[in-house]
Amino acid sequence: AVTRRLCILKGIYPHEPKHKKKVNKGSTAARTFYLLKDIKFLLHEPIVNKFREYKVFVRKLRKAYGKSEWSTVERLKDNKPTYKLDHIVKERYPTFVDALRDLDDALSMCFLFSTFPRTGKCHVQTIQLCRRLAVEFLNYVIASRSLRKVFLSIKGIYYQAEVLGQPVTWITPYTFAHDHPTDVDYRVMATFTEFYTTLLGFVNFRLYHSLNLVYPPKIDGHADVELKPAEGTEYAMDSESYLEKLSALSASLARVVAPTHEDEVELDEFPVEGETAEQMDARKKEQEALEKHKKLFEGLRFFLNREVPREPLAFIIRCFGGQVSWDKSLCIGATYDVNDPSITHQIVDRPRVEQQVVGRYYLQPQWVFDSVNAKLCLPVADYFPGVLLPPHLSPFVTEQEGDYVPPEKLKLLAMQRGENPDEESEEEDEEEEEEEDDNDKEEEEEEDESEKEEEMKLKKMEEQKTQSNKALPVKVTAGKLRLEDRQRLEQEQQSEEKRLAIMMMKKREKCLYKKIMFGKKRKVREANKLAAKRKAHDTAVKEEKKKSKKARRA
Amino acid sequence: PSPPVPSAPLQDIRNTVGNIPMEWYQDFPHIGYNLEGKKIYKPIRNKDELDMFLEKMENPDYWRTVQDKMTGADIKLTDEQVDLVNRLQKGQFGDVHFNPYEPAVDFFTHEVMIHPVTNRPADKRSFIPSLIEKEKVSKLVHAIKMGWIKPRKPKDDTPTYYDLWAHEDPNSILGRHKMHVPAPKMKLPGHEESYNPPPEYLLSEEEKLAWEQQEPAERKLNFVPQQYRCLRAVPAYSRFIHERFERCLDLYLCPRQRKMRVNVDPEDLIPKLPKPRDLQPFPTTQALVYRGHTSLVRCISVSPSGQWLVSGSDDCTVRFWEVSTARCMKTLPVGGVVKSIAWNPNPTVCLVAVCVEQSVLLVNPCLGDKLLYGATDQLLESYVAPEEERVQPVQWVTATMEEHSKGVRLVVQHSKAVKQVTWHGKGDYFASVVSDNSNMQVLIHQTSKRWTQNPFRKSKGLVQCVLFHPLRPYFFVATQRYVRLYNLLKQELTKKLMTNCKWVSSMAIHPGGDNIICGSYDSKLAWFDLDLSTRPYQLLRHHKKALRSVAFHKHYPLFASGSDDGTVIVCHGMVYNDLLQNPLLVPVKVLKGHALTLDLGVLDVLFHPTQPWVFSSGADGTIRLYT
Repeated sequence: AVTRRLCILKGIYPHEPKHKKKVNKGSTAARTFYLLKDIKFLLHEPIVNKFREYKVFVRKLRKAYGKSEWSTVERLKDNKPTYKLDHIVKERYPTFVDALRDLDDALSMCFLFSTFPRTGKCHVQTIQLCRRLAVEFLNYVIASRSLRKVFLSIKGIYYQAEVLGQPVTWITPYTFAHDHPTDVDYRVMATFTEFYTTLLGFVNFRLYHSLNLVYPPKIDGHADVELKPAEGTEYAMDSESYLEKLSALSASLARVVAPTHEDEVELDEFPVEGETAEQMDARKKEQEALEKHKKLFEGLRFFLNREVPREPLAFIIRCFGGQVSWDKSLCIGATYDVNDPSITHQIVDRPRVEQQVVGRYYLQPQWVFDSVNAKLCLPVADYFPGVLLPPHLSPFVTEQEGDYVPPEKLKLLAMQRGENPDEESEEEDEEEEEEEDDNDKEEEEEEDESEKEEEMKLKKMEEQKTQSNKALPVKVTAGKLRLEDRQRLEQEQQSEEKRLAIMMMKKREKCLYKKIMFGKKRKVREANKLAAKRKAHDTAVKEEKKKSKKARRA
Repeated sequence: PSPPVPSAPLQDIRNTVGNIPMEWYQDFPHIGYNLEGKKIYKPIRNKDELDMFLEKMENPDYWRTVQDKMTGADIKLTDEQVDLVNRLQKGQFGDVHFNPYEPAVDFFTHEVMIHPVTNRPADKRSFIPSLIEKEKVSKLVHAIKMGWIKPRKPKDDTPTYYDLWAHEDPNSILGRHKMHVPAPKMKLPGHEESYNPPPEYLLSEEEKLAWEQQEPAERKLNFVPQQYRCLRAVPAYSRFIHERFERCLDLYLCPRQRKMRVNVDPEDLIPKLPKPRDLQPFPTTQALVYRGHTSLVRCISVSPSGQWLVSGSDDCTVRFWEVSTARCMKTLPVGGVVKSIAWNPNPTVCLVAVCVEQSVLLVNPCLGDKLLYGATDQLLESYVAPEEERVQPVQWVTATMEEHSKGVRLVVQHSKAVKQVTWHGKGDYFASVVSDNSNMQVLIHQTSKRWTQNPFRKSKGLVQCVLFHPLRPYFFVATQRYVRLYNLLKQELTKKLMTNCKWVSSMAIHPGGDNIICGSYDSKLAWFDLDLSTRPYQLLRHHKKALRSVAFHKHYPLFASGSDDGTVIVCHGMVYNDLLQNPLLVPVKVLKGHALTLDLGVLDVLFHPTQPWVFSSGADGTIRLYT
């Protein structure tokens, strides 16, 4: 067990030997092999002695308890040996960037542990520490506005932030009670968490200082004053309410140096040698886009209804410069009320809203996530309460050539390119819908025109469609047939040449080539399968709509 | 502690069980025994919650009713008792009449009197230091001296977190970090993990079933994609902790290894070969089909002039064809399966050696120039038998008249079936291979002297085929796995070539004489450079099935191989005069045409002696010419 802990803390992992049989005395059974020097490296770790001390302490304590020597117990407890992992952190991550690179697992683990119940499983202090560190990190991300991507998956919520140029991704579970599995060794997880909390604490310290923020974080003075009357509770540095206030994520943090708005000094541009003007331009543009993305929700005032997950939404909105509040009964730190007339967006997750206030959008939470991923405020129409939501796409997927791209993504990309600003986009949507399914068009026409006309149009359109469908393939083949003779010959020749060349490949290369080609083909096959499924689904939906329409008409 | 004195006016129910935990009687209908030893039954309590509540609301004395533990009876407390309880709750004395604040009587005055109360002198021990204390102190001193007792450690007041990386020291980067393999990050989620994915990512029924039947380790996704209508409906993911735990296990238990991801363009892997177009001429299309045989055509041979073709088949005939017209000029029934056939390479001699069962027939086809084949006959007849008969391993028999009219001139009768016959370049000697296990497998015959000799004293394995070197007095013998090269003049083994094949089927030699190719039944073709090494210079695996025969062209840098898969592959095999330059092998054409019969395709291939044409004979009874 001690070895396991040491391995975890020191980051020692097994190695795959070059000659498995030789090492394993001839057998090929699966075994894990550590490098001898790794184990030797563990041996002269000073923390081993601390572990021994602790073991002795536990033994003495047990003995004292058994003998009911309470004074001894007191004394022993007073001298309880402690150990620190600072040097291990420093040793494993000699530079700060190294630590940032490995932050993913640390964050995910801390966020998971901070949601654990305060009973059993692990120490309460650990849970509290995890919660504190996680909240501190969230506050840092808000202060530095470094969040880039968010994703609602069925497993939890993924966030990706860019901290000092390093992408840091973490996942938080949905806020429900865990049903603790029995086949999980919590001691292993606790050991990992022990290390991760140390790491995250140091990283937080450094990050806060890089932004000139006070660590441990303090809520900004005047913001604090604003909060106070609302709470009516006394402000105490170490009390629970302090952490709660912090975790409300609604207040900005105190800085060591008073923030000056002339902070953003125009960065001098150092033209990198060998970089063309185009590249420079592209970089500049990217920079601008990034700045714009950071200020996505600037000037918007959000209100979160009680049923939406408060923490993630508040975090995201604040990360992009929006103001956010919630019901006072929900959490500490609410800054304004539902009735505030300046609210622009209210996030709602119920089928319908009674008592709508004029002058604000009622939106489902997915709008926030999709807008962040799209790097622009999406048209709100698709996200009204009770509306069937458009699919939520993963921002982590970048489609390569030949991959399957869902149509929604294509639409989004087009929107990002700015091909169709708001009004046009709607029109185009309509057009697309016209092409895809004529129902929306129908609906709109229903209002204007009589049903007969509409039907006529429908028929015409269908005819057109069928004609085009029928005509297209025939035409193509007819037109190309003559050309193909020569082309085909050429192609055939080329393909034969290729085949002959493949015959001449070396055995190993041929294997590799075949593998690569197999992989490619499988990719294509999968993409085709998805596309076919989508098509089938679309047609099914269309037919259903038509049927329902007919039923309604009848 | 007897129960509080009950005001039992009617009868004195007194429990005699004593001071015991009353729950011992929990499961009994009675609660104890009275003075007469009769059971005291628990009072019947059939009130439900509602009754209790009603009583609580209605009964004004409810608050002062308690239950007697010993008897189970309800007792209403009297006013005095309530008073007592109240006083006890306040921490006052139970007795009302007890006055805790009585004036103190000063029995002993606090002032010092002149007369002591006792006049006892002070103890001695009050003057001398305490021994016990001394002992205790000395023990402590000893413990301190021995280091058993340590002063309390100073509290560590350094902050928990500080700037750990304040001094990033490049020296602190150990060698370990250079070989450290950082753990790969978790895979980022794709569209299918979304709570509201596009519909095509949802699994259909069959896919779901397949997913369930797969082993958990084999699954491509470790979850089933699901669609929820709104964020509110999304439940907790039940395997969240599992997944984090598995990640932990991966981090500390998984062997890490740097794997070079093969990041090559597959097109780059294809070797850059000269275009076949630039390597012309080579046969590209099927030009002629020679039909006539009714069974598989095992062997073909072409006359040195290139005008005639001879073929031997399983239908026990030998046919002579005109190459340019595909006309069958002559059919010679031989009364046996023709295993091998060879046209004399000497252009001045018109003679064909045919293997039929146990004999080799020397046939004069009587085709072409009359002078030529007449001369051949004369040459054969000019043989004068030597004076003394020598013992020979075979019998040379002159053909009978009937046979003579058909063209057969000589019959060399062997003791066993003959597999192969091949001519020496000069056209006088020929070698035959007998399917035998002894040292008599290979025989070399001289036509002009009708003289046969057995070159080998010992058998070196089953001989597959033999070949004369075109220029030098060398002789190749291919056994199953090796090709041996003998010097006929010195009568010694010169080289032994390792073919790396399981079973050699055929062999051909480059007209330059320095390169040979071997076809094998395990569908490999080995190219040997005799100057280079005894191992193949290149092993070509072009065919999918066993190779039956290989052939070189006399003039053009071409070689061909025929296989059971029905194809003939023509390759460009350029041999340079420069010794430093390796031969260039490029496949240039795959010729298809022969139909597969009995799992056999092409049985023999042969190049035209002058043109870049290739003949192939197949199991479908045809011979095809590709030009």
